[in-house]
Parts: sequence; C-alpha cells; structure tokens
Amino acid sequence: MPQDDSSRLSRLKPNLKLRTLILDGIRDFFRSEGFLEVETPLHVKTVAPEQYISPFTVDDWFLSTSPELHMKRLLAAGYTQIFQICHCFRKSERGQLHNPEFTMLEWYRVGADYMRIIEDTEKLVLAIAKKLHLGSTIRYQGIEIKLKRPWHRIPVREAFLDSAGWDPFEQHDPERFDIDLVEKVIPGFPKNRPTVLSDYPAAMASLSRLKPGNPEVAERAEVFIGELEIANAYSELTDAAEQEQRFKRELESIKRHEKHDITMPQRFLEAVARLPQCGGIALGVDRMVMLFCDASSVDEVIAFPWEEV
Amino acid sequence: MDIAEVSRNTKLFINNAPFIVEDVKFVKPGKGRGMYYLKMRNLFDGTTRDQTYHSGDKVEEVHVTSHAMQYLYKEGDHYVFMDNETFEQHHVPKERLGTRIQFIKEGFAVAVMVMEGKVIDITLPKFVELAVVTSSASTKTDTVTAQNKVVSLETGATIAVPSFVKEGDIIKVDTRTNTYVERVSTKR
Repeated sequence: MPQDDSSRLSRLKPNLKLRTLILDGIRDFFRSEGFLEVETPLHVKTVAPEQYISPFTVDDWFLSTSPELHMKRLLAAGYTQIFQICHCFRKSERGQLHNPEFTMLEWYRVGADYMRIIEDTEKLVLAIAKKLHLGSTIRYQGIEIKLKRPWHRIPVREAFLDSAGWDPFEQHDPERFDIDLVEKVIPGFPKNRPTVLSDYPAAMASLSRLKPGNPEVAERAEVFIGELEIANAYSELTDAAEQEQRFKRELESIKRHEKHDITMPQRFLEAVARLPQCGGIALGVDRMVMLFCDASSVDEVIAFPWEEV
Repeated sequence: MDIAEVSRNTKLFINNAPFIVEDVKFVKPGKGRGMYYLKMRNLFDGTTRDQTYHSGDKVEEVHVTSHAMQYLYKEGDHYVFMDNETFEQHHVPKERLGTRIQFIKEGFAVAVMVMEGKVIDITLPKFVELAVVTSSASTKTDTVTAQNKVVSLETGATIAVPSFVKEGDIIKVDTRTNTYVERVSTKR
C-alpha cells in the first residue's frame, strides 16, 4: 500500500540532510587527497559481464551497473587519482539493503594495491564521522562500533575455517560460499569494529589481479561495518588477455542461465592493455548513509525507493 | 513466476498446498547470487514454513481469493454455499469441511477460500448462536463457570456447558476453540 508521500518525505528529512553532509564529506576527503572527480555515462553500450548482476536494458543499450569500465578507461589514458559518485542500476535487487537504483562511490589510485585502498576507506569513514561531529565511535542498531583504524582484517580462508568449518580454496562451491558468508561468516565478525575480509579464491577474482607469486589468491577485499557489506576493493587486473578470458567464462554462464544478452566490452579490454598498476573500490553510499543515520533499511535514506517512484 | 517477483501476500503452491507469503528477506553478497528467505503460512492448516530460494528460481503462483458466502443447505454428501456477490452456488464435499461442519447452520455467513475456481476452505464466524436440543440432567449444583455437562446442539454438535443450560436455550459457541461462551436466551 503506497504511503502518503508528504508524511513519508518529511519523516525522511533528517536522514536526507545527513546524506547531503556525507556526500560533502566524501568530496572534501578526495579533494584533500588530490583526487579528480569524474563523470561517466549511465546509459551504456555494454556492462561488465557478471553472472549475478543483471542490467536493465534501454533500447539495445543498458543502464550502468557500475562506473568501473569507463573509469578504468580514464586511468588507461593517464588519469592517476579519480573518484565518482553516481547512480547504478541492477535489476531485481530489492530488499531491506537493496534498491535497484542506488548510489555508488568509486575511486581509483594508480600505483596502489587493494590494501592501500582499504587504508583510504578507513580514513574516509573516519573523516565523515568527524564531519558529522560523531568522533570515532558510532552506534548502529544498538551496537557501539569503534571506527578507529586499523580495522579488523581477516583472510577469507581463515574466516571460513573459523565460522563455517570448510576451506573455500580446497572446495570450489560458490553457492555454499554465498550462503555461508551470509549465514555464518558475516555474523561471526566482531560486532564493535569494522571488518575487512580479504584474499578471495582465484575463481572469485572478478576484476582483481591474482596475488603475485600466489595465483590461487585474488587481491580482493570487502569491508563490513555493523554486518553491512559496504565496499569491495581490488588490486585491479591489468592483464587484458586474462580479463578477456574471465569475461568469456561469465558470458557463457550468463548465456546458459540468464535471460539478458550482453556483448564483450571491447573498448574496455583495449584500455586494460594500457592500464597501469592500480587499486580501486566500489562503496555503497546508501549503506554508508544507513550506518551514520542508524537506519535499518535503505528506504530510510533515499527519498524515492523503487515502489515510491 | 520468478522468485524476484514474489512479495508479501503472494500466494504460492508448494507440495500440493497453497501458502501465503508473510515476509520476504532479500540478501545478496555484492558479487554473489541473490537469496530470498521466505516466511510462509499454509492456507490449509495455518502452519508456518521457512524456505530459502535463490535468484533465478521459479515458483508456482496460485490464485486464492476469499469470498463472503452464505450456507444454504446440505445435499447428499455436499454442502451448498452461495456467493453473496455473484449468487453463484458452490457444492463442497463434506470431507473438505472437516470438523467445522458441526457448527454450521443454514443461513450462516461464512468466508470461503477459493483456489483456481475450487473451494478449498471455509472460515466460520468466530461466534455462532445455536439452540440446545438435548440436555442430560446435571447432578451438580449450578455454578457460573464450570462446564460440567454435555449437550447436543441443533447442528448435531455436542459441547460441554454449565449445568444451568437447558434444552431449548440458545447458546453462543466459539468456533475456533469449539467451546461454550455464554447463554444468549433461555426458554421460559
């Protein structure tokens, strides 16, 4: 049942004000770090092929699921420190923590690896807390969270052996991985500190590089605060042939299982060949706003969630 | 239908029974497969069921609607109900009504659940008033609350009542618990 718009929207006002301050805080932080803010298209010819991310189609094109491909084309052209705050669109993702249209923050640093990017994330979150006059301890859903760096770091293998009792490097079972991640591993993280889950099995590398000298590990890290999955960082893959192979595998499984038909991102692959060593991250802005507003649902931090559009 | 289209109040057909979805929790690791944690209630017996689905799963939707009807009469092994809106008559086999039929009387308003055109369940009014037809003599002293004798009602049901209830009295019965509530009137 649609609620009355004006009462809903006036109730959201304090959160929406805080949201604007957070967006200002993000921009302040990256400008002070010497980053350039960029804009890339939302209406795109193709998207990164990922089996579990479905794009909306508009005529023969798509709505962007992530700005990553275009931002990497900028990096390949010589840009060294860039960030962007933009909307992304992912079909059928709707729930307490998901809205099909959402706000993403991405930033990339040439010369950095995934852990350097995690340090940026720690500093960014602390800078925002400071801007909101919250100090380094916040309360989220009744639990005190100390944001002080360094955050708790745990490799995927250790976290799974501890909480789920099996090693995802020994057994490749993506389905079980996702279920156990949600039901066992995340709930096992320390409640009062952010956690960085790092070093994924190579099969889950996505667009990250494999660890030099240890190709079974992907240099990928995810940030969790208050059980919210906030961000996903990579040491970016700069090997165009390897990237094309991974996309081919994804495209094959998309063809088998999904209804949509996407094409190989050729111009992106050409750029990967020139991509310098760099690190990057995608951070869910709505989730971060939820955290600072102590909101349990994404609907409390955006003016017009899916059903209210 | 695709599991992504399921929301609260969607009705699903699982293992030959209709379920109403009471809650859907969508969880998805950023790069992983979406999961749907469903809380459902069986529309036949009211039991609850939790089930996890994955994105891409297909489920069978079922159209179950509730209609206000009136019980008309019994015809052989069937009970005949009339839809108050369409005046359409539905013949429902006795066994589908279970023990509830013991409190049903001609003219009663009931809520009838219809699945794909077939009656699957009826809900009686919470309280019905029925006449006592036979009453055994009580040997005990009358008290207000003790239900210490059994009487037969005009529909054939038997029920425990306080000893002051007499043949010909009209009593109120709670159909959810099959118990006596109060005496509505008594024969002078």
